[in-house]
Amino acid sequence: MAGRTHRWTDPRIAAGAVALAAIAILIGGAFLGLLAEGASDLTGAAAAFDSYLFRIARFTLWQAALSTLLSVVPAIFVARALSRHPEFPGRQLILRLFALPLALPAIVAALGILALLGRAGFFAETLSGLFGGTWPGIYGLSGILVAHVFFNLPLATRFFLEALDTLPPDQWRLASQLGMGAGPSFRLIEWPAIRASLPGTAGLVFMLCIASFTIVLTLGGGPAATTLEVAIYQALRFDFDPARAVALTLLQVVLTGAVMVGLARLGAATAIDANLPVAPRRFGRVSPGEALANGVLVLAALLFVAGPILAIALAGAQADLTRLAADIAVRNAAATSVVLATLAAILSVMLGLSLVAARQALERQRGGKRQGWLERASGTGAGFVLVIPPIVIGAGWFVALRHSDLLFAAAPLMVVTVNAVMAMPFAIRAIRPAYDAAGERNDRLCMQLGIAGWTRLRLIDWPELRKPLLTGFAFAMALSLGDLGVIALFGSDSVQTLPYLLLARMGSYRTDDAAGIALLLAILCLTLIFLAERFGRRPA
Amino acid sequence: MTDIRERHPGGQPVRLDHAAFTYGSADMLFDADFPSSTITAVMGPSGSGKSTLLNLVAGFETPRKGRVLIGDSDVTALAPAERPVSMIFQENNLFAHLDVAKNVGLGRSPALRLTSDDRRAVADALARTGLSDKEHRLPRELSGGERQRVALARALVRDRPVLLLDEPFGSLGPALRQDMLDLLAGVQAERRMTVLFVTHQPEDARRLAQKIVFLEAGIVTAAGSTEEFFAGDGPEGFRRYVGSQS
Repeated sequence: MAGRTHRWTDPRIAAGAVALAAIAILIGGAFLGLLAEGASDLTGAAAAFDSYLFRIARFTLWQAALSTLLSVVPAIFVARALSRHPEFPGRQLILRLFALPLALPAIVAALGILALLGRAGFFAETLSGLFGGTWPGIYGLSGILVAHVFFNLPLATRFFLEALDTLPPDQWRLASQLGMGAGPSFRLIEWPAIRASLPGTAGLVFMLCIASFTIVLTLGGGPAATTLEVAIYQALRFDFDPARAVALTLLQVVLTGAVMVGLARLGAATAIDANLPVAPRRFGRVSPGEALANGVLVLAALLFVAGPILAIALAGAQADLTRLAADIAVRNAAATSVVLATLAAILSVMLGLSLVAARQALERQRGGKRQGWLERASGTGAGFVLVIPPIVIGAGWFVALRHSDLLFAAAPLMVVTVNAVMAMPFAIRAIRPAYDAAGERNDRLCMQLGIAGWTRLRLIDWPELRKPLLTGFAFAMALSLGDLGVIALFGSDSVQTLPYLLLARMGSYRTDDAAGIALLLAILCLTLIFLAERFGRRPA
Repeated sequence: MTDIRERHPGGQPVRLDHAAFTYGSADMLFDADFPSSTITAVMGPSGSGKSTLLNLVAGFETPRKGRVLIGDSDVTALAPAERPVSMIFQENNLFAHLDVAKNVGLGRSPALRLTSDDRRAVADALARTGLSDKEHRLPRELSGGERQRVALARALVRDRPVLLLDEPFGSLGPALRQDMLDLLAGVQAERRMTVLFVTHQPEDARRLAQKIVFLEAGIVTAAGSTEEFFAGDGPEGFRRYVGSQS
């Protein structure tokens, strides 16, 4: 069948093309809105390129560079320490904990950090005593850095650990036979593996920090520490200055574009995995001194990551949860969040599945020839939507729709579609290995036996793909639940999600309420991620 | 019950008529005849196009030029399921989540809607392949040899005139391999289908095949009876491939 079914008549390829077109409309429409606005007010847009704008751009890059440095360098040593000790009680638990920040909504993490290090945080008194005077709370650059390291140190650690785990066990056997100590084995064995994944990992972290919105909004605390994304939001929601928003967005797009090109050159990982790495068996011993140093290092990283998470739990438990549960605004926001996130997750899985199916069908068709653009776009290309900040898409549509009555009516649609597209690379990551493997096993057999269409879906595909699809769904839903990008622009009293309400309560200094909502949100997201991991595990 | 088993379609000749195929940068051109109701071993070095040849006959690949003929009809444009062919792969012959009986039953109805005749045929095929007590096992609960027996049982219930085997016993140990060869020879003697099987083992070819087709770099460089191939003055390329043992 392979040779005769033509490109557009294969339903799988058609579905992939439709998915790509939908994504292109969402992203392209946003850029069109921005360009139209910029063209209609050229002088305004040009005037917006002032020193303030460049200061913001400089700060955006500066905080991202510092965050990357502070996340990646320690991560090298934490990963190495973990890889030197492949078996100790609690190791799995630590790795599991290191996967948590990935699942935690940024606004919840920000609240956790404030609950620890804020002006009224758990450590405020100690810090006041330590530095003299009253502790002003962790805001501005230091707050942003702490939050970014909280998210990215564990991420980078997991990437490096993965790189170290790919080293063949024979190298370790050889190293111990040759009597290599910690120094030489780092220099000769571990460092080359880490160096190979360093550019990709650092690039990804840098990218995530440039595009960081929620953290900077909640912890930046003023014009001195503002990034482009937060400035876009302020220009649209507070200053009603679309010309400035357009200028800011253009700059953001140019910046992310440049970094993206660099990342592609480096062959960076554009998708993040939630699975636990499995450590290979190690040979050779670690000296007591090194073991102690490793222990201290891992413990420090552990405390750094566990601190804010514990703080969320503690602060949340202190909130008046029964009153919150009766609060009509909280109930409405929770219902809105769940409905929108469910829709976003369904759409995300559908988009992901279409692209995965199209990619495989196209790969089959070309039979060893070079990839076409469609296959490229549905394969590696799909991962790159991650680098288009949701705020930019939101801002484009916001500008385009702002004179119409549709602006706030479009809120649910915007939240669902943008979150679906942003979660799609994760859905693809969950679905594609199982889908490709199932295709590898079953395609020829189904063709030969004439199993096709609905019969094939019912008998063959659904039983095999049910679990990966659920994994993708749960992951996408968790990401959508915690997102504060689009809703920050489009949210209103009539459409509120939990993160939006959380931001509002933080803004009006109702810290107890905020802590309670954060706990609720954290539990929702972590439950989903836990389910995603359960579904994701292959049967033994 | 014997009535059903008596009426088998027998074999049909298979012919590749200047079938050209390109994979990546490799160009292949197949021209070969496989007589009805005989067993032909398809041999040749890795990458010489053995699997591609089978895929062309089965319909998984379509030739760029040329024809594929089975019996009197040109099947070049037919989908795999429409061709009078069954194929057994080296692995992944079974759906992992379906039990043995269902995997075999799919050979009768792709939607698994089985009549009582179908069920009887499945039971007979399982008995013939020595799997009667394993019909409710899942593939992962079977050994490698048993899985290939299930695949053979399914080929039996499909009852097509041509059977293709792509290194079906490549991953089995020597004793199991002997059993499978005996089973295959027995089944072929009963059903008289045309068999094409890809193998790397000269011994398998010697034991089972009446004919050998030898490929090098995408072209049939020698074809003839097994005795000719294994006589001291067999084709040069074949002697080099097999080594000093013949």
